[in-house]
Amino acid sequence: MPEQPTGAQRMTGAEIVIKSLLDQGVDVVFGYPGGAVLPIYDALFKQNALRHVLVRQEGGAVHAAEGYARSSGKVGVVLVTSGPGATNAVTGLTDALMDSIPIVCLTGQVPTHLIGNDAFQEADTTGITRPCTKHNYLVKDVNELGRTLHEAFYVARSGRPGPVVVDLPKDVQFAEGLYEGPANVRHRTYRPQTEADPALIEKAIDLIAGAKRPVFYCGGGVINAGTEASKLLTQFVRLTGYPCTLTLMGLGAFPASDPLFLGMLGMHGTYQANLAMHGADVLINIGARFDDRVTGRLNAFSPGSRKIHVDIDPSSINKNVPVELGIIGDCRQVLKQLIEAWKKRKAKPDGKALKEWWRQIDEWRARDCLRYQPSDSVIKPQYAIQRLYQLTRDMEPFITTEVGQHQMWAAQFFGFEKPHHWMTSGGLGTMGYGLPAAVGVQMANPGKLVVDIAGEASILMNIQELSTAVQYRLPVKIFIINNQWMGMVRQWQELLHGGRYSESYTEALPDFVKLADAFGCVGMRAAKPCDVDRIIKEMIKVDRPVVVDVMVDKTENCFPMIPSGAAHHEMLLGPADEAKKPVSEEGMVLV
Amino acid sequence: MPYDKTIRRHTIAVIVDNEPGILARVVGLFSGRGYNIESLTVAEVDAVARLSRITVVTTGTEMIIEQIKNQLARLVPVHKVSDLTAEGPHVERELLLVKVASTGDERVEALRIADIFRARVVDSTTESFVFEVTGSSEKLSAFMTLMDPLGMVEVSRTGVVAISRGPQAIMKRGEAG
Repeated sequence: MPEQPTGAQRMTGAEIVIKSLLDQGVDVVFGYPGGAVLPIYDALFKQNALRHVLVRQEGGAVHAAEGYARSSGKVGVVLVTSGPGATNAVTGLTDALMDSIPIVCLTGQVPTHLIGNDAFQEADTTGITRPCTKHNYLVKDVNELGRTLHEAFYVARSGRPGPVVVDLPKDVQFAEGLYEGPANVRHRTYRPQTEADPALIEKAIDLIAGAKRPVFYCGGGVINAGTEASKLLTQFVRLTGYPCTLTLMGLGAFPASDPLFLGMLGMHGTYQANLAMHGADVLINIGARFDDRVTGRLNAFSPGSRKIHVDIDPSSINKNVPVELGIIGDCRQVLKQLIEAWKKRKAKPDGKALKEWWRQIDEWRARDCLRYQPSDSVIKPQYAIQRLYQLTRDMEPFITTEVGQHQMWAAQFFGFEKPHHWMTSGGLGTMGYGLPAAVGVQMANPGKLVVDIAGEASILMNIQELSTAVQYRLPVKIFIINNQWMGMVRQWQELLHGGRYSESYTEALPDFVKLADAFGCVGMRAAKPCDVDRIIKEMIKVDRPVVVDVMVDKTENCFPMIPSGAAHHEMLLGPADEAKKPVSEEGMVLV
Repeated sequence: MPYDKTIRRHTIAVIVDNEPGILARVVGLFSGRGYNIESLTVAEVDAVARLSRITVVTTGTEMIIEQIKNQLARLVPVHKVSDLTAEGPHVERELLLVKVASTGDERVEALRIADIFRARVVDSTTESFVFEVTGSSEKLSAFMTLMDPLGMVEVSRTGVVAISRGPQAIMKRGEAG
């Protein structure tokens, strides 16, 4: 194409889309064609630089892009058609918003002159996606297209990352216009603060160094700030010698094998992590958002602690829990500043107090809260996941999950040494996330072991994506913890609704081995504890998508647990505890 | 840190890019997160820089008001958020149009009260007046209370617009990128 004197190039809207994506360094797009995006698919056909992964339902495309983004640190890209294509993407967009995942989702739209006329496959996509995106655009002028797309990528990955929708009417895709490269694009309003106010860093060091019972409570913000942020966090925690707990979204930000690590905190977190939170005098929150699954009952949450909260999003600070010191900035940058200030000041923790604090924590740790009743006759779900961890840990696998009991057991029993290896739907809790996410993870990490730890109910929500895995020869492993129940629903019905198991049992499940076969995957089954190791080893060896049906104990519940409406120190440690501590009436109405 | 739990009324000015959907973003934020809107006004204030100013009057505890401001600032097309109530003295004005349909003594009385309130008559027939009143929301409400028994049949209010006192501007003209 001839260069214009301004440096801008003339091309069609569809070509601008492809060029913009390539200029943004995108190598793969997850999508599904349809009438309103045919010009873009035509432009895709005519080139080889940009790959396209054809999913089987648009919801799968967004989860795949999320998996890709989380495991690579890059922006995930989605391409879907108008109307149903866009509405199917809504769950994934909401999921990405809740978990702060950078996504750019391109949606086709009916031609501009038909917008508002209830045309075929028309939906008010910007209207529908406004509350479930970080930002969205409707492009009506082809000359604005390039700039808008580059802006969309900037918004998606800057500050607190999130999903951005760009709605593209079909006539704009056909029209010719000038393309502007990413170099000239400067956003008019959006400039998030990344570096913390140095005065606040000094105050933070005062608080941290003076602590007697400190705890680091860190989350997905550290992961989002890049691999270096996790290294800096590890360095800072080790400098202080303080205990560190991670949220569900933060797993991998601090090495699980480090003795300073207390495990995950929150509703199904460890006893030591939750009691450390409850008993702390200084709480250092880096990149976590005081989610209700973490805090338990707010008026009893970490009652005696002075709180520091580091977050790139000012609206996260003082949202649920008032803090003494709110520090706005990027976790990587802030951790760097904290380490520098700590070293410069030659700060030393209070050794005597810290020793006493660790003695207390070790006492809590000795309760061995994740202990379960082993069995020779029936596979315990915890055992299956524990063995999966032990037999694959040296391969540094990428783990995705669906949502429910298996997800919590995976979080409890799988140890992560590095960030970007754990992909789970935390905020939205989307069943059906894990399989498409695994497809995206495997695309970003060819040759690596990718396992979706699933439940038999969740996996059926996006089972069609097995077909995608087969088409692109993605050897993802689907490890189904099959107890024939929506386990977490059943657990809550047991705890809160007198054991009336309303609609939580699936009477007609498919034969997952045959199902795998029908899709062109390899199916395997483990029915006895003695099968587990053999099946896992076989599964790893197969260089194709594998579905493993692990038939586990149907009645096992996930412990420890903070029942809703309870506080950290009111944990249930196991089935015996359940009967002794009934759930409060206030707790019943909470989710 | 103990937060003040008293519910207070705050007037917040928001400078935004004048682009399609921006009002829906702001209104959606308030409804989606369950915040109150007492009044909301919006109009373009800088045609060259394509800027609009939204004035929103809301109520909430200190923690909620802080949330509202942070959530507004988080919207991508927002340039500035200014809490006029918290940031010092400011002027608030609202405009009211009242239609009074009456004859005889009531009509005379309506005209007399309008004079006291410095209301202007902007439309008149033999059996009706339309009055225009400008002032604080309290003054407008007081005027309506007095007009109610005198044949008030219709009311239209603009909602509050506000600006800080003194030489400082929340955003200099021409400052937008």
